[in-house]
Amino acid sequence: MFDLLHTPLGPLPLADWISWLFIVIGSFFAIVGALGIVRLPDIFSRMHGAGMVDTMGIMMILTGLMFQADTWIVVAKLALILVFIFFTSPTTTFALARAAIHGGVNPGPTVEELVEAKVIEDPQLDTKIEPTFDPKVKQEAKPSNT
Amino acid sequence: MTITMYGVAALAVLISMALSMIRAFVGPTVFDRILAVNVSGTLTVVLISVYGFLDGRPDFLDIGLLYALINFIGTIAVTKYVKFQDLGHPMEGPDEGDV
Repeated sequence: MFDLLHTPLGPLPLADWISWLFIVIGSFFAIVGALGIVRLPDIFSRMHGAGMVDTMGIMMILTGLMFQADTWIVVAKLALILVFIFFTSPTTTFALARAAIHGGVNPGPTVEELVEAKVIEDPQLDTKIEPTFDPKVKQEAKPSNT
Repeated sequence: MTITMYGVAALAVLISMALSMIRAFVGPTVFDRILAVNVSGTLTVVLISVYGFLDGRPDFLDIGLLYALINFIGTIAVTKYVKFQDLGHPMEGPDEGDV
């Protein structure tokens, strides 16, 4: 292929350069996301670190592996894993967040409580945002259509 | 040169797995542990894929795909079990069954 790009270790083809780029970026984001899982304060912010690992880290590393594939079936399998992780990672995070809220984990103060405690100033929002889901209010069981 | 590339990827994945395992052992609530184990399982998929490329046998990707499927189902099942103490049926109301 393109043997124009010379390195101290010899010529490096263009596909290897692209793979190196993706894998280094992916490794960086995987380690940073894992650090976020360890160091962030509560479960909801830790989910951000988990999403960072899933989205940037794993997808970048798998995309970098795609450029090293010999046959198209390998590329197809890697793309299948990518699509699957793309759909399951937000699903898992959503289920876990809902379970955590139901399980009694405190998600922190709201904007109104912070304004009341004089921590921040009133943002003076034009439109009042109604909470769409309140776990403290027990939702009434709708009659199931038979 | 390509061996070094796969080595870097495998090393980064192993470091990330070790860090998330710290959270799985330390984690104050059970949801932290579920999150850490989920991330660790998803990183295992990448580790299996990278090992397949490192060994020159990309057939390992089938195992990685299967592991991704099982990891997702397992995480959803554990989350539902923690939330409802039951895997079979919802506790009350039609909106309570979904996780």
